[in-house]
Amino acid sequence: MSQDVVVVGGGLAGLTAALRLVQDGLRVVVVAKGVGATHLTGGTIDVLGYTPDRVDSPRSSVSELVASRPDHPYARLGVELLERSLDWFTEAAGTLGYSGSLDENLLLPSAVGAQRPTALAPASMAGGDLRKSPRLLLAGFRALKDFYPAYLADNLTRAGLEARSTVLATSPRPGEADVNGLIHAAALDADGGFRCRLAEELAARVEPGESVGLPAVLGLEKAPEVWRELQDRVGAPIFEIPTLPPSVPGMRVHRRFAAALRKGGARSIVGAVAVGAETRNGSIDAVVVQDAARKRSYRARAFVLATGGFASGGLELELGGKVRELVLGLPVAGTLDGSAFAAGALDPHPLSRAGLAVDDELHPVDADGKVVYDNVYAAGAMLAGAEPWREKSGDGISIASGIRAAEAIGERLL
Amino acid sequence: MTAEMRSSLDHCVKCTICESHCPFSAATPLFPGPKYAGPQSERFRLAGRSPDDSVDYCSSCGICTQVCPQGVKIAEINSQARAALKEERGIPLRDQLLARPSVTGRLAMPVAPLANLSFRSPPVRAAMERTVGIHREATLPPVAKRTFQGWARRHRAPLGGPAVVYFHGCSTNYYEPRTGRMAVALLEHAGYRVIVPPQDCCGLPLQSSGIFPAARRYALRLARSLAPYARAGLDIVATSTSCGLMLKREAREVLDLEDDDDLRVVSERTYDICEWLRDRLDEDRLPGDFRPLPMRVPYHAPCQQRGHAIGKPALDLLALVPELEVDELDTDCCGVAGTYGVKREKYDIAMRVGERLFRLVRESGARLSVCDSETCRWQITHGSGVRSVHPIELLYRAYGLDEPRPR
Repeated sequence: MSQDVVVVGGGLAGLTAALRLVQDGLRVVVVAKGVGATHLTGGTIDVLGYTPDRVDSPRSSVSELVASRPDHPYARLGVELLERSLDWFTEAAGTLGYSGSLDENLLLPSAVGAQRPTALAPASMAGGDLRKSPRLLLAGFRALKDFYPAYLADNLTRAGLEARSTVLATSPRPGEADVNGLIHAAALDADGGFRCRLAEELAARVEPGESVGLPAVLGLEKAPEVWRELQDRVGAPIFEIPTLPPSVPGMRVHRRFAAALRKGGARSIVGAVAVGAETRNGSIDAVVVQDAARKRSYRARAFVLATGGFASGGLELELGGKVRELVLGLPVAGTLDGSAFAAGALDPHPLSRAGLAVDDELHPVDADGKVVYDNVYAAGAMLAGAEPWREKSGDGISIASGIRAAEAIGERLL
Repeated sequence: MTAEMRSSLDHCVKCTICESHCPFSAATPLFPGPKYAGPQSERFRLAGRSPDDSVDYCSSCGICTQVCPQGVKIAEINSQARAALKEERGIPLRDQLLARPSVTGRLAMPVAPLANLSFRSPPVRAAMERTVGIHREATLPPVAKRTFQGWARRHRAPLGGPAVVYFHGCSTNYYEPRTGRMAVALLEHAGYRVIVPPQDCCGLPLQSSGIFPAARRYALRLARSLAPYARAGLDIVATSTSCGLMLKREAREVLDLEDDDDLRVVSERTYDICEWLRDRLDEDRLPGDFRPLPMRVPYHAPCQQRGHAIGKPALDLLALVPELEVDELDTDCCGVAGTYGVKREKYDIAMRVGERLFRLVRESGARLSVCDSETCRWQITHGSGVRSVHPIELLYRAYGLDEPRPR
């Protein structure tokens, strides 16, 4: 099969790049080892949350960050691109109704009652912005483990907010002790009476002036509709709080992107592992993909590599401390130079910023800054220089680098 | 557990992505999900006993393995766990029967009219449900009057042209010989000489019923009969996506037959028919004399087709046909998973799993829907009331092969 672009990796960065390329009319194939990390994330778009103090305005803090950290992905990407990318994402996410901006972070409660800074949130979550000091009723479902409203309320109360909690008895599978979030979401989608029972039970418990926080399970396919209808029936503002995976709000984003790709004629192959490439004179002719029976070459004019960092298997640490990029064997920056141990348990690990060094067009470069393959572009968690889990920068990096890679390919091919 | 399964198991990070895609745990509390029943329960099995029988409610659709971002062989681990469970608890007669389609096919064929009539008779079906455990509503495909093998022996193949081997599987031989005739016509139209070696079941139904020793015998016997062709450099083309996948990968991994040399060469040479035709298209060797088929049809890529990890070649081929519009459905599974949805205690679960697919097919308003896998086609036809056809049926019609040709 011949196509214009092969995107390797199906997480937020890969999906963003693929969809942006499809919008340019290019023929795209997405090859992914499995489903990406969208299913594990809370569905908010974190751009910059800590540097290490809590960030109020990502716009000014990103500028300060890149001034002191020229190797950070944001230094390559820039604030203007970041802003454009967030607008693009908001548009692509459509009726999920994302809002927010680079100017100020929202402050949303986490499932344990921490206050989480984030740039964009879907309509069903934005109402939980703690900066507005809402009076909170946190409600959980008895059969949904991993969401403890009392714990959440307690932590928010300690932080000076007014919060109380309740546990709802209504269940999508009465009699079952353990029902995951996805089953709750599907039952709310199907509306076989569960929506109504939930609304009635909740309406009886909420007091005037309270905002209700529920675990983020308010529908998958019919996400904004379920949330809106519940809010109308209960007669109080309702907002969702992300829970442990399977993460329904992350899956909503994945579904939107996958549907848009399908509609745009992109091909997506999940469960196939890219294991190498056919190269020629500093370019790549094809990536080699292992399927159920054989290795197959997928030819294209350009390639996006978005296979993630250590956690997703894009990078691997060998015994002895050598770090490998697994598809193309690209040089990895930020590898061990001395001890493999951090001084303190919570200090940055010596490998935590390891990844691919890139130029402004996101071509991976070697230690001398020389481009390795002129038609390969890297995006997402595999880029060197960031600590997304500490900075809360992962979504911003993935979306902006996905857009940048797609734009650079567009400039090359169109 | 085999060493390969074991090392993949160690990569499980309990991320739940498999659970979020399992069509069966979403439809029934009896199956707690692939992670729970698989990697998580495995530590109890290491002690030598199955902790519960929930893994029997896994259908082996394989979606968990496809979506796992860490490469854990979840479905394969669960299949092996089911085999161990069956060994502990014994195998019902029903499963023994359903798992041997070539035996039941051979028995039923001489009395095909009677068998087909009785399968449509409610009292007979009620009795079958009580005694054997086959759900009275489940689709049992009508048995053909003559096997595909019988047709192929009399078929006058063209003398010239490069040769290709056709692996038809049991469903084509006993239930849908028409699929086989269409496959042969298509391959011959593309200029190939089709060889149809004698062949029996691949062992997949036995494998998914947890009857491993018999499954191994069948898989190896088939490998023995196909291996000489593979060694001679011929491609083996399959119209049954699930049986093709069995030859490519599943028999080696699930039944732990990695060391069998015949199976290895067969595996390397086996292609799904749409995959193989798409490769010819890429080589510019596929005839382009398509007539317009002015229609719009929904397409469902079955789980086992997706397990090939080759994309959706049916869509690439059907895109060549003028005026044919194909809509890829956003659906996971039809629920039947071979013989799962036929069983008395699982029929309702299977129908719930397929509900969304049936609805989308009905809502499309189309008179046909398209799907690569035979048992899925029967289930989709049953659930939606709209006939489901193999993608090659549309190619066959677009080439005008369904019309008598001037001699």
